[in-house]
Amino acid sequence: MNRDTRIAWINRLLLPLLNIITAFAVTAVVFWLIDVNPIEAAQVLLYGAFGYEEGIGYTIYYATNFIFTGLAVAVAFHAGLFNIGGEGQAYLGGLGAGLAILLLDPSLSAWVFIPASIIGALFFGGLWALIPAYLQAYRGSHIVITTIMFNFLAASLMVYIMVHVLRETGQMTPQSELFPTNAWMPFVHDVAAGFGYSIEASPLNMSVLLALVCAVLVWFFLWHTRWGYAIRATGKNGSAAVYSGIKPKRIIIVAMCISGALAGLVSVNELVGYQHRLIMDFHLGYGFGGIAVALMGRKHPIGIIMAAVLFGILYQGGAELAFEMSNISRDIVVVMQGLVILFCGALEYMYRPWLIRTLAPVKQAAASQEVATEVGA
Amino acid sequence: MTMTDTFAIELIDIDKRFGAVHANNKVCLQVKQGNIHGIVGENGAGKSTLMSILYGFYQADAGQIKVLGQSHTFTDSHQAIAAGIGMVHQHFMLVENFTVLENVILGSEGGALLANGMAAARKELTRLADVYGLKVDLDATIDSLPVGLQQRVEILKALYKGAKILILDEPTGVLTPQETEELFRIFDALKQQGVTIMLITHKLREIISVTDQVSVMRAGQMVAHRDTCDTSREELAKLMVGRKVLLQVNKKAANVRAPLMKVKRLCVADDQGVMRLNDVSFELRAGEVLGVAGVSGNGQTQLLEALSGIINMTSGSVEVLGFTMDAKNPITPDKMRQIGLAHVPEDRHRMGLITHFSASESALLGYHTDPKINSGIWLNKNRVEDNCKALMSAFDVRPADPHLKSANFSGGNQQKLILAREMERNPDVLLIGQPTRGVDIGAIEFIHQRIIDMRDAGKAVLLVSVELDEIMSVSDRIIVLCDGQITGRIDASDADEKTLGMMMANALDPIDPLKTMDDQLASTQQASAQENQV
Repeated sequence: MNRDTRIAWINRLLLPLLNIITAFAVTAVVFWLIDVNPIEAAQVLLYGAFGYEEGIGYTIYYATNFIFTGLAVAVAFHAGLFNIGGEGQAYLGGLGAGLAILLLDPSLSAWVFIPASIIGALFFGGLWALIPAYLQAYRGSHIVITTIMFNFLAASLMVYIMVHVLRETGQMTPQSELFPTNAWMPFVHDVAAGFGYSIEASPLNMSVLLALVCAVLVWFFLWHTRWGYAIRATGKNGSAAVYSGIKPKRIIIVAMCISGALAGLVSVNELVGYQHRLIMDFHLGYGFGGIAVALMGRKHPIGIIMAAVLFGILYQGGAELAFEMSNISRDIVVVMQGLVILFCGALEYMYRPWLIRTLAPVKQAAASQEVATEVGA
Repeated sequence: MTMTDTFAIELIDIDKRFGAVHANNKVCLQVKQGNIHGIVGENGAGKSTLMSILYGFYQADAGQIKVLGQSHTFTDSHQAIAAGIGMVHQHFMLVENFTVLENVILGSEGGALLANGMAAARKELTRLADVYGLKVDLDATIDSLPVGLQQRVEILKALYKGAKILILDEPTGVLTPQETEELFRIFDALKQQGVTIMLITHKLREIISVTDQVSVMRAGQMVAHRDTCDTSREELAKLMVGRKVLLQVNKKAANVRAPLMKVKRLCVADDQGVMRLNDVSFELRAGEVLGVAGVSGNGQTQLLEALSGIINMTSGSVEVLGFTMDAKNPITPDKMRQIGLAHVPEDRHRMGLITHFSASESALLGYHTDPKINSGIWLNKNRVEDNCKALMSAFDVRPADPHLKSANFSGGNQQKLILAREMERNPDVLLIGQPTRGVDIGAIEFIHQRIIDMRDAGKAVLLVSVELDEIMSVSDRIIVLCDGQITGRIDASDADEKTLGMMMANALDPIDPLKTMDDQLASTQQASAQENQV
């Protein structure tokens, strides 16, 4: 195996793996500090995530959200943009999906409702990303600042709309009326029952298929179309992109709209698939989690799916942990997630120099070549 | 010990390599105390590396540094500052929204509370300003000051930290002529107070007018030391560019036809408003290679980028292949490609290719919307690879592996891939910047032959190069750029290094570009009355 292949494997597999192990090791120390046996906790967590059908359903259901937001962040990353507005875009996507369903005639069939809700979520999520994108492209406002501010704007806007416009008549809770049953995304256990298989009921719904289709589409779009090529070229080398005639402003707009639209689809899983009404704060945590998922997944759809499943495990297993063990609250999920983000995101390259030194040592000539290119660049 | 006997700086056999690049090859330099010492050389000659070693940014692989007679090894710039060296960088190291005073004390605040340090600094700075004539409002914020004054702050900063030796890297690059005059006046005041000044530049006019001694660097070596009064711009230009083996290029007489590109009074200003191209006019005709000579950084980059539509021009117009472009009606780079203008950029890492991409993807840069490669929405990977393989075999790119990352090819092969991409689509006008920079000898010959082939096929080629040999052997006509202006026009058959060197230093009588333009128009074809007035 030559050095480049080794480095590629270090980057793709070894590094994320070591980072996760470190995160879990530190989590174990945290457990030990609060008098919880880490091994026992790990058993409970894994049982919660995989031990029974309903648990698996929940795990995949949570993972679905993370696939959407992970893909969203990745598309923006490939254009050299850091979209941290996934939260707001997912929330507004919910408004889009909800409005699409609530405004249509309740007697229509699922073949109308479901596509309409998907389009609504895509459209509103994309629109919410379009404004920061426009500000970045034409006004020079930094996308990180604007997207994070738009998360707060989205939250306030939704409070207003939920309380004053969409609240169900005669209800104090800020939630919309129930969606008509033919607007519900079918549950996986119902679909399976239709084929004669019996699965325990869980929130897992057909949105997971939509997430996988999105992963394939994102992969195809980024690596097998001219627009994806333009996005990646801009992200990797802006000057070369300008030289080639690609218009960076347009790329910012396109990449951010796609990113926002993907984030918006979280609402299809959450609202159309499970809650069946427009509620408050269904999106919390998924937008930010998507950043970690995209980073861990190396901005590639396959990696993102794997990272999303890991986060699904943490969510579901963590909930089980809080339920089973009296001295652990649900917040432990946040701690674990935080540690995973810390080691896989912020400290992503911590082990890299060491790994490369030990597993792919440089030959003298090759080393000097590298320095020369760095200086040349 | 008298002042004049000591050398302020003595560099003995400084050697520095960056991999294959020998940036400094046994460089020796002696700078007399209280003198203004110029160091000239082309970009990449090793001046900046040498100064970085002296200032502690890099460490030399071998050699000795003596400052004011004492041996030193600098591992960071603080040690160099402590030894009495101050540096004014080409790009200022100032905090824009701090005041002058705050900037000066940055790094030497003198305690946790600012008040004491500030008061002491104010007193010292007022004294320095009086002694050296460096007047500047200490309470003004940097971003409110013009560039000339910002530079003055940099000088003050160095003096405040106790600099006895000032290094200035291309100090006049960003200054107006008036600001330059003012700077030279400050040099005099500093010199009278015993400060030693090292001036790094490639502007020979300045060297001649302000320095006492001058050293010339070329390709990592010190090639000459002169007392300024004993030398001339002409000699320095020759020393800087050097004489190399003239690579012979096989070429027939040019069969020149109609102009394909007419550049009229082209002006380009950069973001700071500095004119990078000033009133440039020329014609590029089918069947010829027009060489653009000049010391690097005199507007060549802006010329290529303006003509290929990458940057907007400030004024003037360009007629190319039946289309007209001016400040209000730019033509985008993709449109340029469509109408038959190809561009090989000067810097292949910055623009020519995307080092993270595979060769096949880099070979697509600028042509990714080509219907021949796309089937519907699908960017056809097979065709992308076939395209790359075809280019690789046409230009003998090695290794001929379309999957290999672009960064992993050698410089020559990267360049051949770019040339193949731009030439194999048979453009009518080809703009080429530094086609053989960092390319091995074998590839140079091959590349030159391809350029000549394009010319013989009736295409128009604009060749920008800092290599005079290349310009002279490949071009048919030559224009020379200096400070963004055309300072010489000559047929390649009449050109020699001496004449070109003089033109590059703008030592000949400047030629009125408009007049020459008119001459050309009158002689080559009937020009409309309108065009003559432009």
